[in-house]
Amino acid sequence: MKFRALALAAAISAVGLTSATVSTSAVAQAKEQFFPVLVYRTGAYAANGNPWANGYVDYLKLVNARGGINGVKLSFEECEFGYATDRGVECYERLKGKGATVFQPLSTGVTFALTDKAPVDKIPLVTAGYGRSESQDGSVFAWNFPLLGTYWVGADVAVQHIAKQAGGLDKLKGKKIALVYHDSPFGKEPIPALQERAKLHGFELQLLPVAHPGVEQKATWLQIRQSKPDNVLLWGWGVMNSTALKEAQATGFSRDKMLGIWWAGAEPDVKDVGAGAKGYQALTLQHSAEPNSKVVKDMLEMVHAKGQGTGPKDEVGSVLYMRGLISSMVAVEGVRKAQERYGKGKVMTGEQTRWGLENLTLDQKTLDGMGFAGVMRPVQTSCLDHMGSSWVRIQTWDGTKWTPGADWYQADEKLLRGMVLNASRKYAEEKKITPRTPEQCKL
Amino acid sequence: MLYRENGQFKTTYAADQQIFTIAQDRWFVIGVVAFAALIVPMLADEYMFRAILIPFLILSLAALGVNLLVGFCGQITLGAGAFMAVGAYAAYNFLIRIDGMPLVAALLLGGLTSAGMGILFGIPSLRVRGLYLAVATLAAQFFCDWAFLRIKWFTNDSSSGSVSVSELSMFGWVIDSPAEKYLFCLGFIVLFALIAANLTRATIGRQWMAIRDMDVAAEVIGIRPMYSKLSAFAVSSFFVGVAGALWGFVHLGSWEPAAFSVDRSFQLLFMVIIGGMGSILGSFFGAAFIVILPIFLNQFLPAIGSLVGITISTAAVSHAELIIFGSLIVFFLIVEPHGLARLWAIAKEKLRLWPFPH
Repeated sequence: MKFRALALAAAISAVGLTSATVSTSAVAQAKEQFFPVLVYRTGAYAANGNPWANGYVDYLKLVNARGGINGVKLSFEECEFGYATDRGVECYERLKGKGATVFQPLSTGVTFALTDKAPVDKIPLVTAGYGRSESQDGSVFAWNFPLLGTYWVGADVAVQHIAKQAGGLDKLKGKKIALVYHDSPFGKEPIPALQERAKLHGFELQLLPVAHPGVEQKATWLQIRQSKPDNVLLWGWGVMNSTALKEAQATGFSRDKMLGIWWAGAEPDVKDVGAGAKGYQALTLQHSAEPNSKVVKDMLEMVHAKGQGTGPKDEVGSVLYMRGLISSMVAVEGVRKAQERYGKGKVMTGEQTRWGLENLTLDQKTLDGMGFAGVMRPVQTSCLDHMGSSWVRIQTWDGTKWTPGADWYQADEKLLRGMVLNASRKYAEEKKITPRTPEQCKL
Repeated sequence: MLYRENGQFKTTYAADQQIFTIAQDRWFVIGVVAFAALIVPMLADEYMFRAILIPFLILSLAALGVNLLVGFCGQITLGAGAFMAVGAYAAYNFLIRIDGMPLVAALLLGGLTSAGMGILFGIPSLRVRGLYLAVATLAAQFFCDWAFLRIKWFTNDSSSGSVSVSELSMFGWVIDSPAEKYLFCLGFIVLFALIAANLTRATIGRQWMAIRDMDVAAEVIGIRPMYSKLSAFAVSSFFVGVAGALWGFVHLGSWEPAAFSVDRSFQLLFMVIIGGMGSILGSFFGAAFIVILPIFLNQFLPAIGSLVGITISTAAVSHAELIIFGSLIVFFLIVEPHGLARLWAIAKEKLRLWPFPH
């Protein structure tokens, strides 16, 4: 009987405490630029989510160590959502009340869910290297910023690279390319761009979905063994990538015929497979890993040496760490740009940051000055182009490390622009959005 | 002293047949509904609405639907997530494909489609029971996961497989602020809870309970197992389908099949088991426990940590959340296997004797 009373008391006190914490969640906004950080350090995708989050947070710390943005210090708070869309939305609601500058969910599912909410709450959504491809059109998607590259860019470059290896785009005719993709909005995004290319060059596209989280791929690779495609595109995330490489090894599919998207080309994806993944190629968003760049040295010196580092030291400079760092950097630069217009040394609102992101001008000199020489190429956004640039290289796993290739690729702007506009117009129609005119863009 | 029915005489059949025969109960429930409808919209902030109250209400409705089937009719189902998905996608298709389709009609049609699917996937229940039935209903889950991922027509040929709904409105009332969404959901919940309470007191509910307690005996006294089992599947799937449509339309706004994965089915079944099988109130307790507790722990642990001067890392909080949540489930199931609703009933019993227990 006593035990039951205890249980009852526990239940009642839990309810009481809930109301207590919820009422304190609306804390006063400090005089700091607040960056909400949506992370997944647990769950099926933690191995890849962790380095990204560490890079993201470390860069904010580095900016603080360098004196903030024109003196404005940055603050941040992490919210764990485990790659689950509903928890991601909960995190968004929790953190947006604290004066959020930008949101970067690192999940295409959460990006889709937040795309409708961002314009209402007036918080920009930066999705560097993921998200909705058509959100490149800033006249419709005013609050989405798929900076540096979208999945359509990735798909386009992948085809270009395969064609180059084959000896020209005309050699693609009659070839068979299989897309092994994560069965989610993330994995499905490239399909329209690939289909467009398939129609254009006459190659056959085979679609092979893999169910979340991607540890069960026996059937998929059996199909590949039967249909013998010339190339396999791997559109995976997390454990799906290493599983695919192991299965390729087991079925004897040549790894140098496999090409991964930039989310399938990091250390956690290939480390377990080691030499078995030798020859596997993947796209890189911008330059990929650069352990010798100045920003990495600064990071080790100004953040990690002082015991402020978020993750382990040897992770600094790895592929996903750098991507988190770059994501963080573009957001910070958006704020810096906004300060040029709305007042230096002031805390920017989400709406002001949006303007900054839309008018982002990062030329090579600025980037080099920040220590990003060898890490990034220039980015220039505008109202009509929220992507900024689409620089991609191909890197190869040699069994112990990734080696980037010398060639730089860019997506075929003529081909993709039409697709982007079609898709964004369709979205605008559905949502009854009037695209912004060039005059409105200047505001 | 306060909670006692002494002196409350029932002089008409109507008085004898009402849902809450004790005046205190009646006033308490009316008070709670009035508080939720009038006071809460003034007190709660946006976070409270969007992240806690709306998901809680919608999942309560889904849990209520599952409870009708599992708790009242004794048919274990693991396909609740699938029926939510059917409700959501059907409502979506009705809304976009038929011009001028009103929102509420689309939601209810989504529920009806889900009821149809429920009957279809309920057919195995005529032959198999218990855990075997649970496995059979899993088929519904996998079938729907597959269908909504693969069949392009359901998602209106969306390239990413994600669909979205915007501009909810009903009779000229545009439902866009969080408080309005909350009230919209609350209206559904109150109405459906009332329907559920009446169904379970009526012939059909009594048939379900007879089937649950012993199906052979029920058949002997003249209850048709096919009719009662399939009606339970239909009504339950209808509730769950409407909840699914609300989940997609009101809570998420844009969703993919992963929102209704097998995890959701398990979650709903756990709500029913923890809340209390065969209890309307239990569905609400179960939903509160499963929806609110993890979020509460997630915010409460860092707060406790900072109180004693420790910064707990995000990953550690998340792990601790799962550990504590899991052990609380075990704790409650050991202390009260009949669920939180039973604890509530015990509290009421005690209150009746208070302050002079024998």
